[in-house]
Amino acid sequence: MKDKIINGLRFAGLGFMEPLVRLINGEEPKKNSINLVKRVVIPVFSIFLFIMIWHGGATYLYNVEADAKIEKALNDQGEEAAKEMEACIASGDVSCKPNALPSPLEVFGAYKKLMKDHAEISVKKDEFKQKVAKTNEQRVAKGQKPITYTGRPSFVDQIGTSLKTVLAGFVLALLIAVPIGIIIGLSDVLRNSFNWLIQIFKPVSPVVWLLLVFMIVKTLITDPDLDKSFIISFISVGLCAMWATLVNTSVGVSSVDKDFINVSKVLRLGVGKNIFKVVLPASFPMIFTGLRITVSVAWMVLIAIELLAQSPGLGSFVWEEFQNGSSESNAKIIVAMFVIGIIGFMLDRIMIMVQKVVSFEKTEIA
Amino acid sequence: MAILELKNVSKSYGTGTNITEVLTDINLQIEDGEFVAIVGFTGSGKTTLINLINGLHFPDSGEVLMKGKPITGPGPDRGVIFQNYSILPWLSVYQNVKLAVDEIFPGWSKKEKEEHVRKYVNMVNLSHAIDKKPAELSGGMRQRVSVARALAMNPEVLLMDEPLSALDALTRGTLQEEIINIWSEDKKTALLITNDVDEGIIMADRIIPLTPGPNATLGPEFKINFDRPRDVTEINKDPEYKKLRNEIIEYLIDVGATRKQSNSATYELPDLKPVMPGRISWRRKKKEEQVKYF
Repeated sequence: MKDKIINGLRFAGLGFMEPLVRLINGEEPKKNSINLVKRVVIPVFSIFLFIMIWHGGATYLYNVEADAKIEKALNDQGEEAAKEMEACIASGDVSCKPNALPSPLEVFGAYKKLMKDHAEISVKKDEFKQKVAKTNEQRVAKGQKPITYTGRPSFVDQIGTSLKTVLAGFVLALLIAVPIGIIIGLSDVLRNSFNWLIQIFKPVSPVVWLLLVFMIVKTLITDPDLDKSFIISFISVGLCAMWATLVNTSVGVSSVDKDFINVSKVLRLGVGKNIFKVVLPASFPMIFTGLRITVSVAWMVLIAIELLAQSPGLGSFVWEEFQNGSSESNAKIIVAMFVIGIIGFMLDRIMIMVQKVVSFEKTEIA
Repeated sequence: MAILELKNVSKSYGTGTNITEVLTDINLQIEDGEFVAIVGFTGSGKTTLINLINGLHFPDSGEVLMKGKPITGPGPDRGVIFQNYSILPWLSVYQNVKLAVDEIFPGWSKKEKEEHVRKYVNMVNLSHAIDKKPAELSGGMRQRVSVARALAMNPEVLLMDEPLSALDALTRGTLQEEIINIWSEDKKTALLITNDVDEGIIMADRIIPLTPGPNATLGPEFKINFDRPRDVTEINKDPEYKKLRNEIIEYLIDVGATRKQSNSATYELPDLKPVMPGRISWRRKKKEEQVKYF
């Protein structure tokens, strides 16, 4: 049981919990408590330290902003107004709240508010669904489109949309980059002739890709029912992120161990068998490293692209909140920042898990 | 007629001034059912020689003939056991052997193939590990998989490129015996390349030394007339064995010495004083002691 838990934790990349599990089982208390302190307590302490510094910094900035406001009131309207302003700030009224870096508490408050908002919207959505259920049945029976909820999406919905976009972009990158990478990797001539293209397109900024995709998609897709902004953003994400996989696949395929190639030659394997039984498995570690980079690039680029493409998602959420400009919006932006970071981290972990399952090299993948 | 014949074969790598003549004027005839060992120093071109026969490389001049026909590439009539196992780490033992069987006998039914694979895995005593991945096997077991794969192709000639040189002495001994047992069952033609003279004497009918490269060529052959099946401990006591072994080793050392004499480059050592350990003092250096960089 204990070993199962530990193996499961290790597999999920949560190996740092191992000493805790062992300690609970009463195994080598001294060694494991030292390990627990090293691997859990100190990291947790460092998180607290980070929050403390953040809090201190936020308080300082708040004070600077408040002083500046009072100063301004004093200079523009005189002593009376300055005193009024001071009182107003002390009371915490929204109308005169200094707009600075939000403190950790404010961010947590914003997070709770977003979740509450999500719950409210979910209830509304359910109500709406129940209301239109009958009408929708009739519409579908008639061959018409069902009515869908078109109200404001909640924060959680935005995360869902972003994940959907990134997944679609990743699949696109996978479908383009891996086959092309294999073909390029197998032939020196093709690799040399495509190399300049790859080298030129690899560093192109996501914004430019978005514009390029926009130019093409705008002409090709005229059906108004299709979600154009979603198509544009996922294609751009895919195109931006595929280069790492393309390069890694071609390098991996072209540098398969000579011994394996010799085996394939001596057994006289056909082209298909050579690729699927020898070349691909041998280059799996390289391809997966590329795919990991692709996922993280896709997630990073997504925010910028959603922001520009007016596609719903975390990117547009951040942009809208920034346009909003209130101090609460700032807190929401920071909530979004943490959510983006944590999701990116989790995506990477998932890729590592898949890699561990697929790869023949059972050595530690960090 | 010889099943395998090499006529005046030469092979070189590189071009122009960087050219290295690896093999020159190799002449070799192997009769059907014979077990021939080629013994040579590392780097003398043994692997090149076996690659010429298995069809991965082609000679610059001369001919490599299999049953009188020139070799045009790798083929199922020649099974190869590579030096570094070369089994695919992502496939299990069964799948590794099956890969070869699928290629060589495409017409067979699923059941026939499975029986064939199991038969050869059993022959190398790996039935208990048939579903394991190579990473879970020891070096000796991996080489056994390689042997099973080569044999499962049912080749007419078995080519072995230092198959046991990466193994420890004990595993080596048992595997030598196993290979010989399997070989004596259906008397395939076998060519063993090795750097171990004892291994050659225990296993082969003939030993042919390969002179050290560059320009390696085959030396005079040594016949080994011990009766089969051979008992290793018996042979070890035999004075004939000692004599033969000494002859071959002396020959190899002699040709090795002539090669060394031709290499007369001298190297000049740099004029440096060694730093004595334990003399580092951590006190602050006086001004006159400090190293001036500018």
